[in-house]
Amino acid sequence: MNEISLATLFFAAIFTNNILLTNFLGLCPHIAISRDLKSAMGIGAAVVFVTTLTSVLNHVIYYNVLIPFHLEHFRFIIFIIVIASFVQLVEMTIDRYFTRLYVVLGIFLPLITVNCAILGISLFMVIREYTFAQSLVYGAGSGIGWMLAITLVGSIREKIQKHPNLPRGLVGPGITLIITGLLSLAFMAFSGMIQIQ
Amino acid sequence: MITSTLIFGILLISVITALLALFLETAHSYIADYGQVRININNDKDLEVNGGDPLLSTLIREKIFIPSACGGKGTCGYCKVRVLEGGGPLLPTESPYLSKEEIQQDKRISCQIKVKSDMKIAIPQELFNVREYRVLAERIEELTHFIKGIRLEILEPEDGISFVPGQYIQLQVPAYKLSSQPEFRAYSIASSARDHHFLDLVIARVDKGIVSTYVHDYLREKDELIARGPFGDFHLLESDRDILLIATGSGLAPMMSILHQIDYEHIQRKTTLFFGTRTPDELFYYDELRSLERRLKQFTFVPTLSRARSRDDWKGERGRVTELIETYIHDNAAVDVHICGSPPMVQSCVDLLIKKGIPADRIIFDKFE
Repeated sequence: MNEISLATLFFAAIFTNNILLTNFLGLCPHIAISRDLKSAMGIGAAVVFVTTLTSVLNHVIYYNVLIPFHLEHFRFIIFIIVIASFVQLVEMTIDRYFTRLYVVLGIFLPLITVNCAILGISLFMVIREYTFAQSLVYGAGSGIGWMLAITLVGSIREKIQKHPNLPRGLVGPGITLIITGLLSLAFMAFSGMIQIQ
Repeated sequence: MITSTLIFGILLISVITALLALFLETAHSYIADYGQVRININNDKDLEVNGGDPLLSTLIREKIFIPSACGGKGTCGYCKVRVLEGGGPLLPTESPYLSKEEIQQDKRISCQIKVKSDMKIAIPQELFNVREYRVLAERIEELTHFIKGIRLEILEPEDGISFVPGQYIQLQVPAYKLSSQPEFRAYSIASSARDHHFLDLVIARVDKGIVSTYVHDYLREKDELIARGPFGDFHLLESDRDILLIATGSGLAPMMSILHQIDYEHIQRKTTLFFGTRTPDELFYYDELRSLERRLKQFTFVPTLSRARSRDDWKGERGRVTELIETYIHDNAAVDVHICGSPPMVQSCVDLLIKKGIPADRIIFDKFE
């Protein structure tokens, strides 16, 4: 049992222990889809939805099915299957109601399945022994934290594109990693405030 | 103990997966239900269809046959249709097949876009002439060790098929070991356009090709199949110039139909056929072409072998068809060129002919992918 309060955990998941900027999980879609603010927000919202629901559902399955039957070592497979199905659900919904976003996200939408941040959140939930409510808050908080990171980088990149005097070699992933690194340094400053590990 | 854990674990994973699949299926039937939508064609005809499927297959169900060679996989780019309204944004799977002009004309790859809302599309009038035929495999013969010639008899409709020599049809085979659903591919017609009730097709075996494997290994004489057509704009160019036909492998098929046309229309233009294969046993239709050469004095048949061995006792030309162009065609020759075969062969012939000063509008080709 982890004694941390829900509000603190939520705040920590977004700022002090941001899954992307302090744990460096989920970098691949972060670099690929942060070209502009709008698609960054889109993928961010999809990730928030998936992290929140999967961390809760994985919590229920882990403590009510896997532990009673002593099958904890199957957690990786089960977690990934749950994540894959929720990503399918998101893909279906976006295809139906947000066609333009569906085209922009392209292959990266189904690839949320293998976004390591999402599996990471479910596994942290197990390692840190969160309760059901804590898992919900941690899942949502981490998703929002990931969305915050990608929208920050997305809006900075959008501004950079308006003044295209970058050195050629830095265009694209190069400058994105540098921006992410600087943001990460800034977020490191928060890390002394709360410790959740 | 370990075995029981393992079995139980697998069982558990299966149950959870099944539950999630059930949940997704239920969600799919609600979320992906696009209901009835209306497709307006050429501001004239309205179709009421169920939404959610690709435009190409939706139109095929309504008996409107758009040309397609790959069977809706998005690899040939033939199934272009002008979508004026309701097509949604251009997809990354479409853009490689569309030029800037085509995008401006609202052309879309119809097997890639889904029918999600009411649409307005424009289809060339001649595509309404495309029909579906019930055909019978009347004769199957082995032309070479990897090419079969099949003769199809048209059972329905009773008035048969009308086509321009050089055009192709889509042949559809039923579901079998390699495919869980019927598949179709495009094949050029080798028989005479005067013959409205029989079609000759030349089908080369393609490794893991769904339709060609079926034809080579499963199709028996007297089997029935479905065909649609005719499609394509490969044809004999009209002028007073000489005619040059260049084919490799199964690319000979449309040339045969064009040669029949030259025969029965008594076209007196000097005609030359370059036919390239690797070895002598791959030269199919050889006797037929030699006898046609004896009968028509304006026609010359020049086969060439790229891999003739010394024991083959081959007295004809050696090398590729491009080498024949170098020898036989002088610069700025007054000739209409018709090329059919593999894309690299077609491309190198076109490049060479342009270099020799043949204008691009006197060259027509059909690439067999």
